[in-house]
Amino acid sequence: MTAYPDLNRVVTHHTLSVLVENKAGVLARVANLFSRRAYNIFSLAVAPTDDDRFSRITIVVDAESAPLEQVVKQLHKLINVVKISELDPRASVERELLLATVRADVTTRGQVAEVTRIFDGRILAVSHDQVTVSLEGHPSKVDDFEELLRPFGFAELQRTGRVALPKLDREAPRLHTVKGKVS
Amino acid sequence: MELNGGQALIKSLEMEGVEVMFGLPGGAILPVYDPIIDSPIRHILVRHEQGAGHMAEGYAHVTGRPGVAMVTSGPAATNIVTPLCDAYMDSIPMVVITGQVALPSIGTDAFQECDTTGITQSVTKHNFLVTKAADIPRVIREAFHIATTGRPGPVLVDIPKDIVDPKNPASAMKWYWPTASELTAGLPGYKPTTIGNPRQIRKAAEMILSARKPVLYVGGGILKARAAEALRELAELTDIHVVTTLMARGAFPDDHRLCLGMPGMHGNYTAVMSMQESDLLVALGSRFDDRVTGRVPNFAPEAKIIHVDIDPAELGKVRRPDVPIVGDCRLVIEELVKAVRHLLDTGSTFPDRQAWKSKLSGWQERYPLAYEPPVEGENLKPQMVLEHLRDSTPDDTILVSGVGQHQMWASQYWKFNHPYTWVNSGGLGTMGFSVPAAIGAKVGRPDKMVWSVDGDGCFQMTAQELVTASAERIPVKVAILNNAYLGMVRQWQEMFYDERYSEVYLSPDLPDYVKWAEAMGCVGIRVESPEEIQPAIDKANSIDDRPVVVEFRTDASEKVFPMVPSGQSNSEIQVPPFQRPDGGAGQKEISQ
Repeated sequence: MTAYPDLNRVVTHHTLSVLVENKAGVLARVANLFSRRAYNIFSLAVAPTDDDRFSRITIVVDAESAPLEQVVKQLHKLINVVKISELDPRASVERELLLATVRADVTTRGQVAEVTRIFDGRILAVSHDQVTVSLEGHPSKVDDFEELLRPFGFAELQRTGRVALPKLDREAPRLHTVKGKVS
Repeated sequence: MELNGGQALIKSLEMEGVEVMFGLPGGAILPVYDPIIDSPIRHILVRHEQGAGHMAEGYAHVTGRPGVAMVTSGPAATNIVTPLCDAYMDSIPMVVITGQVALPSIGTDAFQECDTTGITQSVTKHNFLVTKAADIPRVIREAFHIATTGRPGPVLVDIPKDIVDPKNPASAMKWYWPTASELTAGLPGYKPTTIGNPRQIRKAAEMILSARKPVLYVGGGILKARAAEALRELAELTDIHVVTTLMARGAFPDDHRLCLGMPGMHGNYTAVMSMQESDLLVALGSRFDDRVTGRVPNFAPEAKIIHVDIDPAELGKVRRPDVPIVGDCRLVIEELVKAVRHLLDTGSTFPDRQAWKSKLSGWQERYPLAYEPPVEGENLKPQMVLEHLRDSTPDDTILVSGVGQHQMWASQYWKFNHPYTWVNSGGLGTMGFSVPAAIGAKVGRPDKMVWSVDGDGCFQMTAQELVTASAERIPVKVAILNNAYLGMVRQWQEMFYDERYSEVYLSPDLPDYVKWAEAMGCVGIRVESPEEIQPAIDKANSIDDRPVVVEFRTDASEKVFPMVPSGQSNSEIQVPPFQRPDGGAGQKEISQ
C-alpha cells in the first residue's frame, strides 16, 4: 500500500551548501535529482566561488519530503558534486535579497517609505503609483517585510532564495561536513 | 601523433581493452564508424539499438567487463534509453556512445537531434557531452572508470559530429592518454569507499557470533564485487544459511547445504520465512527491494540488520541498519571472516542454533518447490520443461531470461552452482531483455552453452536480434515457453481482478514461431507433448553453427507459486493450493 504524505505536516527546512564542479549542466543534474526522487526544494541559489573550478549551490530542503540523510547521500552520488555541508541555522549566517514593486500612490507612498525605513530597506525607484524597494537580510526578516508590504499590493515580487555561510565565533566554524563519499 | 576525433575515440576504446562493441551506424556517428574498419575491435551490427544495449549488458553480466554500445543520434539514442535504465537499476557496467548533431546545430531542432544527455541523466550513473576533439581520450577514460568502479553502472558519452569529422579542421587533435593521477584529478567529486570501517566490521562479527537465527541475505553486489568465494568462506566458517536474491542467483551454489535459494515475492517458502523469522540479517550487496521485503513495516520484524554496500545511499534507504558498512563486498567480507576467526580463536563460540536449523529443514521438507503433474493430453507444464532443460545441459550453462512467469520459474527450478551463469533483468523488469542479452552473453563467453528462456510476449519484443545472431554466427539457443498469454499479467488478473482477462491473450500460433525462427536463419522446433521435450532439447544442444529456437506449448493456467501478493507482509506467503492444509479448497480471499 502506498503511504501518502500528510498535507497538514509542519514543514522543516534544512540548508545544504553544495560545492559542485563549475561545468555545464550541473545545476540541471541537481534539480533533476530532486525531481526524480520526489524531494522538495524550498529555495535554491547558485553562484561561482572564489575558485573558478567550482560553484556553490545553496539549497533549502523541505526535510519532511525525504530524510535529509537520503537527500545528502543521493546528492553525493552525482559525479560533479564535490562536497556537501549541512548548515545548522544556529551556527550559520543566512541572507536573502528581496526586490518588490509595491502599489503606492500619493496617499500610501509615505507609509511604504516608512516601513522600508524601519527595516533598513532601500527605495530604488518611484513612479506615480508604484515604488520599487529592496531589502537584504535574514530570511525571516525578509518574510516580515514582505508581510507588511502585502496590504499595499504587490505589482511584482522577487526573492533570491537564501545563501548561507558558517558563523565565525571564537571556536572553529561549526561546519558539519557530511561524511561518506559515494560511488 | 595527430589524429581526428573519430580515430581518437576508437583508439581510446582500444586503450580501454575493448574487444567487442555492439551498435548500428547512422548520420551523426558516421565519422566514428569509418576508423572501425581499421580497428581490431569486433563490431556486431544489431537490428535495433535496444538490442545493442541489452547485448552490451549480457556481455557485461557474464564477463565482468564493461559492455560497449555505439549508436547514432536522435531516435537511436532514445531507443537505447531502456537498456541504460535497465543497466542503471541492475548496476551493470556499460559505456554507450551516441552520435550528436554538430555543435552549431545543437538547440536548433536539427534533423535527428535530441537532448540525449538531458533525457538520459536520470538513467545513467553519469553522462558527458563532449565539445572538443581534444577532450575525447580524457572523457572515454573517465567514462570507463566511472562505469566500472564504485557501484557499477551505465555511462553515456554524446559526441557531436563536427568534432569527429575529419573534414572539419577542429576535429584534429594531438593524441594523449591520461595517466591515473590525471584521471583522478579530473574527477574531484568521485572517490568511492572500498575499505570497510574496521570498528563496524568488528561489531558485525560480534553480532554474527551471538545470533541464534541468522541469515545471509545476498544480492547482486556480491557478483559485481567478485565476492562469491569470500561469501562461501564466510557462510561455511559461520555455518549460516544463505538466501540469494534474483540478482544473486549463482553467487552461492544452489547445491550447497547452506543454500536456501531465492527469497521474495516468488521466492521459495523457506527462503522467505527464514528472513521473516530471523534475528539477524546480514545484507551483503542487496538493497531491500520491495520484491524481497514485501510490506516493509512487517518485514523481518525481529531481525537486527548488518548492511554492507558500496553505495552509502543504500544504507538506511529502506530499512535502518544496526551496523552499516560502506565498502566493496569482497574486501569487507574478507575482513569480516578475519574478525570472526579472531573471535573464535580468542574463545568465543557460536550459540546453539539447532532449533533454528531444524525449523529450516522442517520448512524445506514441508514446502518444497512443487507443481502439479501434467494432465494427459493437455499443454506442457512450464516447470517440467525447465527441469528437462536443466538436467540435459552442462552445469555451467548460462541461462538468460526475459521478464514474467518464465523468469520466475527459471530462477526457481534451475540449479545455479556457478556465479555469472544467470542473466536477467531484475530491477527494471524489461520484457524483451532475453534474446539480445543472451547474444551478448554468448559473445562474451563463446566457450559456454547459452540458453535463453523466454516467454512468448517477451520474444515478440526483440526477436529480430536473432537475425544478428545468425549473421554473426552466434549460436544461442532460445526456449520459448509459449502459453499464448502475457502470463504474469494474466496471473494477476486471475487472482486480483476476478478473472477478468483484459488484453492479455496473444495467440499460440500467431506468429508461427518455427517459421519465424527459420526466416531469421535459425533452426526452429516445436514441442507439444511431453515425449517430444527431451529429443528437442537434445537436438538443440547438438547444433552449434547457428541459433536454435524451441517453442514449447505450455499450460496457460499455470501460476507462479509461492507468492506474496504485492503490498502484503511476507508472512502472508501463499504456497500452491495442493500444499495448503485444506488442499486449496478454502483458499483465502486475496486482496492487493
